[in-house]
Amino acid sequence: MRPVYMISGGITKFTKAEPRKSFRVMVKEAFDYALRDCSKLTVERIDGTVVSYFSDHFTRQLKAGVMAVDMCGLVPKPTIRIEGGGATGGLCFQEAWRHVASGWMDCVVAMGFETMSHVNTWKGNEFIALASDTNFDYPVGGFYTGYYAMMVVRHMHEFGTTVEQLAKVSVKNHRNALHNKWAQHHYDITVEDVRRSPMVAYPLTILDICTMSDGAAVAILASEEVAQHVCDNPVRVLGVGMGSDAMRMADRPHDDVILLKHEDPKWYRGLKYPGVHSFRAGRTACKMAYEKAAIEDPREDLDFVELHDAYTSSEIQTYEDMGLCKYGDGGKFIDQGHPELTGRIPVNPSGGLIACGHPVGATGLMQAVFAFWQLQNNIAKHNDGDATIQVRQQKGKGRRPMRGAIHSHAGTGTYVTVSILESTLA
Amino acid sequence: MAKKVAPKRKSKAPRKSASKPQRPAGPKPVYDKVRLPETDQGATVFRTDPLIVKDHYEIDYIHSYAEDSPFFLGLAQGKLLGSECSACHYRFATPRAYCMRCGAATRWLDLPLEGRVHTWTTCYFGSEAFLKETPFNLALVEFDGVNTLLLARLIGATEKEIRVGMPVKARFRRLAQFKPTDVYFVPADKA
Repeated sequence: MRPVYMISGGITKFTKAEPRKSFRVMVKEAFDYALRDCSKLTVERIDGTVVSYFSDHFTRQLKAGVMAVDMCGLVPKPTIRIEGGGATGGLCFQEAWRHVASGWMDCVVAMGFETMSHVNTWKGNEFIALASDTNFDYPVGGFYTGYYAMMVVRHMHEFGTTVEQLAKVSVKNHRNALHNKWAQHHYDITVEDVRRSPMVAYPLTILDICTMSDGAAVAILASEEVAQHVCDNPVRVLGVGMGSDAMRMADRPHDDVILLKHEDPKWYRGLKYPGVHSFRAGRTACKMAYEKAAIEDPREDLDFVELHDAYTSSEIQTYEDMGLCKYGDGGKFIDQGHPELTGRIPVNPSGGLIACGHPVGATGLMQAVFAFWQLQNNIAKHNDGDATIQVRQQKGKGRRPMRGAIHSHAGTGTYVTVSILESTLA
Repeated sequence: MAKKVAPKRKSKAPRKSASKPQRPAGPKPVYDKVRLPETDQGATVFRTDPLIVKDHYEIDYIHSYAEDSPFFLGLAQGKLLGSECSACHYRFATPRAYCMRCGAATRWLDLPLEGRVHTWTTCYFGSEAFLKETPFNLALVEFDGVNTLLLARLIGATEKEIRVGMPVKARFRRLAQFKPTDVYFVPADKA
């Protein structure tokens, strides 16, 4: 595999409903944004596309991918559609990476979208719940917030995690998004606001949960040669990893923890893993990505993380899967302020899914775009001059931020991708 | 269907008699153009700028429970069936044809009708199909001697009353719907 660089990115502003633009036009707008930001890149240089969107039900337009590609003027170049639930965007990013890393192509556009406003929220929840076992899970009361609520109830039972700790994730992510013009929600909220908002599935309130959105995002990946030619400030894709787990939460085993390099088996004596409190796919993806990127200890070697916080609870679970803290310490990790913008390792400086929105097929690519701008030190350029969410040098780290991880997650942890990006700024 | 016979033009012939004055020339209605018949169908329009209309979609699937069929037939007979791996003897509370650990075929296993709440939630919102049933409780149930869990509804206890580890008993619908909700659980002390 040869080195791969991200050379540009673009997004549309995510919104509850964008009835004035079809998915093709949203993708085209994100693509044009990316082209404008990398003015030496011409359409002729692009070898092909990878397109991600989660559910055919939302748009009820099969083979929608090629329609987006067509709108961008990229037919008859090769194209392929990628789908894997909530991780669709992350899988798309990695498929584009493979296109280039393998030497097959030199410049590939990863483009993703979702138009979830085409049905009402309860119908959308039904479509999403069809991404659970339709014999044994969906008919019992298929509802993803219900599934995540059960996981966090067990996490609370095992580790003493509290609802206030969950709420702090929502407060943090919304606060970061106050300074992100691309975010869907700009809410200045407190822990009390989160707890007093309507209960959706105990203990998750409406402010513990991301929303459905319309939107598109584009990431352009290239070989070293193309990157050097067309981009002054490319970002290296240092390593990628992915993992999977059984569709049904009920099937998850109760075994031993899969250890990361910096972890000690003594930490986890007696802990049954993953059960329904942890994500084996997330841990597997991290382990692989860290090995490929030579990350010895993510707490030291990563400078920020954009992770898939579809729920506040899954952000806390993911701190642990990613090794940002020990299994069981996710609640304390947020209590201690480590994932805050000025903390030890900022998590979701963009505002994450909870504040930015979650147009599924675009989400993983949105994370790539935010991480790309972070590592180019370009947040202000793309955010009307506001650099508040630009991650600064952290205490105890003798360098400015160099490396970020993006984490994309599907189902109750069925597909997870982790990609490590590194700045090339001197 | 029998074809309608076109009216004979002969009957119109006498009107053209030379003794009557000619009508002034002008457009006449034309009936022989090819056109769609009009219907009383219209659109439900939510907005006009941009134009947003209702687009109805409905489908009946011919859904086979295939290898899982005995589980659903069992529920109708008051039996709760899981799977046991024929090679490594791992026991699954939610049935599956092949073992996820070693890949060997499984055989059917009678599950106990008593278990404990491994985890749970109360849903106040849901998918469209279940909205009218809210609030409802979901639970993952654990059984002694069985390695994995079973997702089911839990009734007879409120959010305030349910606890992890709470003993529960299986109950079956008297009239089966051949859905996994043909079995549900109730607190053991209310059974």
